[in-house]
Amino acid sequence: MDADKRREYWRRNVRLMSILLTVWALVSFGAGIIFVEPLNNLTSFMGVPLGFWFAQQGSILTFLALIAIYVWRMDALDKEFGITEYEEGVHHS
Amino acid sequence: MSIVQIWTLVFVVITFSIYIYIAYASRVKDTAGFYIAGGGIPAPANGAAIAADWMSAASFISMAGIIALSTNGYAGSVYLMGWTGGYVLLAMLLAPYLRKFGKYTVPDFVGDRYSETARLIAVVCAIVVSFVYVAGQMAGVGVVFQRFLGVNETLGVIIGMVIVFLYAVLGGMKGITWTQVAQYSVLIVAYLIPAVAISQQLTGIPIPQVGFGQIMSDLNALQAEFGLAEYTSPFTQMNMLNMILMTATLMFGTAGLPHVIVRFYTARSVRAARFSALWALFFISLLYTTAPAVGAFSKFNILNQIPGTAVDQVPAWFQSWQDVGLITVDDLNGNGIIDVAGALGEGTELAINNDIVVLATPEIAGLPAPIVGLVAAGGLAAALSTASGLLLVISSSVANDVYFKRINPGATEARQLMVGRIAMGAAIVVAGYLGINPPGFVAQVVALAFGLGAASFFPILFLGIFWKRATAMGAAAGMAAGLVTTLAYQIWTLPIYGGSDGIFGITAASFGVVGMLINFAVTIIVSQFTPKPTETMQRVVEEVRYPGRSELVAAHATGALDDELLHGEHHDDPGRHHH
Repeated sequence: MDADKRREYWRRNVRLMSILLTVWALVSFGAGIIFVEPLNNLTSFMGVPLGFWFAQQGSILTFLALIAIYVWRMDALDKEFGITEYEEGVHHS
Repeated sequence: MSIVQIWTLVFVVITFSIYIYIAYASRVKDTAGFYIAGGGIPAPANGAAIAADWMSAASFISMAGIIALSTNGYAGSVYLMGWTGGYVLLAMLLAPYLRKFGKYTVPDFVGDRYSETARLIAVVCAIVVSFVYVAGQMAGVGVVFQRFLGVNETLGVIIGMVIVFLYAVLGGMKGITWTQVAQYSVLIVAYLIPAVAISQQLTGIPIPQVGFGQIMSDLNALQAEFGLAEYTSPFTQMNMLNMILMTATLMFGTAGLPHVIVRFYTARSVRAARFSALWALFFISLLYTTAPAVGAFSKFNILNQIPGTAVDQVPAWFQSWQDVGLITVDDLNGNGIIDVAGALGEGTELAINNDIVVLATPEIAGLPAPIVGLVAAGGLAAALSTASGLLLVISSSVANDVYFKRINPGATEARQLMVGRIAMGAAIVVAGYLGINPPGFVAQVVALAFGLGAASFFPILFLGIFWKRATAMGAAAGMAAGLVTTLAYQIWTLPIYGGSDGIFGITAASFGVVGMLINFAVTIIVSQFTPKPTETMQRVVEEVRYPGRSELVAAHATGALDDELLHGEHHDDPGRHHH
C-alpha cells in the first residue's frame, strides 16, 4: 500500500470510530445518565421506564451492536484496500 | 453431609478434573506459549477466555446484589455500563494495534514505544494492580468453599491455590486460556439456569431480560410501601456528576487493565483481535444483562415475603442463610416481627449481604439441590479464571520485563520459562497469603484499581498509537502525574484515611477519569518540549495502524532494527543491545 492509500485507509478508520464512539457516549452518558429523567417520564419500554432501561439493558446491547458494526465495516475496508493477509507473528526480543 | 453439599462436591470435583485435564493436554514448552499461548487462539475461544478472565467472583456472586440492595437499583447501572462500555474502547482504540505490535506484555509495548523508564513504571503498575485484584479472587474461593461445603476458609484458599498452581504453572497462557473457555461455560450455565427459573416462576416468561419489566412497577410500589426510594428513580444514591465520572472511570479502567489487554496478544491475527472483542462482549453481556434482572427479582421476592413476617416464621431459605450469618435480623422494637421502614442494612431490623441475591436464588425459586451445587461450581470458576489471568500478568511482568529485559538478556528460552514458572509459583503463594489474611482495605482498593488503570495506562497506550509525536518523556511524566494525583485524591477522600469530601464532592472511586485527563494533558504538553520520537519510530507507529503484514514491525519486534534509529542517541537504556 502506498502512502496516499494508507492515509486514506487511516482517515476512514478514524471517521468510522468517531461516529461509533459518539453513539457510545450518547447512549451511556446521554440516555443512561444525563437525560435519564426526561426519558423515564417520556415512556416505558418493555415495562421499564425508558431511561432506566437504557442504563441497565439498552446501553449494553448498543455497545455490542457498535463493536459488531466496527468489525463488519473494518472487514469491508480491509477488502477494499486489498488487505488479505493479516499480521500473525508474535515477537520476542 | 447434606444433599446440597454432596451435589456441590460432585460438581466441584468434576469441574476441577476437567481444568486439570485441559491444562495437561495443552502444556507448553516455550515462552511464546507460556506468555501468550503462541498467539494462536481462535476468536470465539479467545472471547470466552476474555469473558471468564474479566468476570470475577465479584461479577458472579456480588454484582446482582450490589445493584438490588446496596445501590437500590438505578445507581448500580454504573457497574453495568462501566464494565461493558470499556470493551468498545478496547475493540476500537487498542486491541487491533497492540496485536499488530505482537509482543508479550503491556509493559513490552510501553518500553518499546517510549523508553525503559516508562517500561519500569508500567511493570510496577501492572504488578500492583494485579496483586490487589487477585487477593480478592483467592478470598472469594475460600468463601465459596466455606459456604457451600462447610470447610474452613483457609483450607478453601489452599485448595484453590493448588488447583491454579497445577494448571497455570504447567500450561501457562495456553493452559489458562483453554481452561478459561471451560470455566466460562460452567459459570454462564450456573448463572442462567436459576435466573431463567425465577423469571418463569414470577412472570411466566423464561427470559429474565424480558421478565424483569413485568415486575418493575410492582417492585417500585413495594419499595414505596416500605419507605425505600423508587427502584428506577435516578440520583437517589449518587448524584449525576459522580454517576458520569464513575461510569467513565470503570470504562477507561477496563481498557487500561493489563490482564484484559494482554488477551488481545493471544489472538491469532489482527482481524481475530477485533473479533475477540466482539465475542468477549457478547459472552459478557449474557451475564451482564441478566444480572440486573436477577437483582430485581430477588429484591421483589425479599420485600414480598419478609417484612411483616414474624421473626420465628421466616421461610426455610431465609433461615439457612441466617444460620451462616449472611442475613441478620435484629428485632429492634421487640414486637417479634421483621419491620422495614425507610432503609435496609446495618442498624435496621433486616440486613442482607449482597451475595445472597445470587447464592439464594436457586432456593428461593425452589430449584433442586444439583442446581445449588452448580452455582457453587460457577462461583469457583469465576474466581479461579480471573485469578489465573492476573497471576499470568504478574509472572510475565517479572520474567519477561524484569528478568529477561533488564537482568539477563542472554537467558535461554528454557531458563526464561523456568523463571516464569517460579514467578508464577511465588505469585500464587503471595496471592494465597493475601486471600487468607486480607488487609482491611482490599475491598476499597479493588474498586480503586480501575481508577489507577484509567489514570496510568489508558492515555499512554492510546497516544502511543494515535499520536506519532507522543514522546518518551511525555509518557513517563503523564503516567506518573496521572498515577500520583489519583492515588493522592483517593487517599485524601477515603474514609479510612482522610475522609475529606474532596473537590465538588467527587468520590474516590469516581476520580480515576480526572486523573486520566491530567495524564493526557501532561503527556501532550511535555511532548511539545521534549525530543521527538525518531523517524523510524514514527514509521513503526504508522505501520502498526495497518492490519496487514509489514516488514518494519517484524524487524523492529525481533530486535533487528538499530536502537539508535529507534530511540535516538540519548536513550536511557545502556543494556538494550542484547542481540
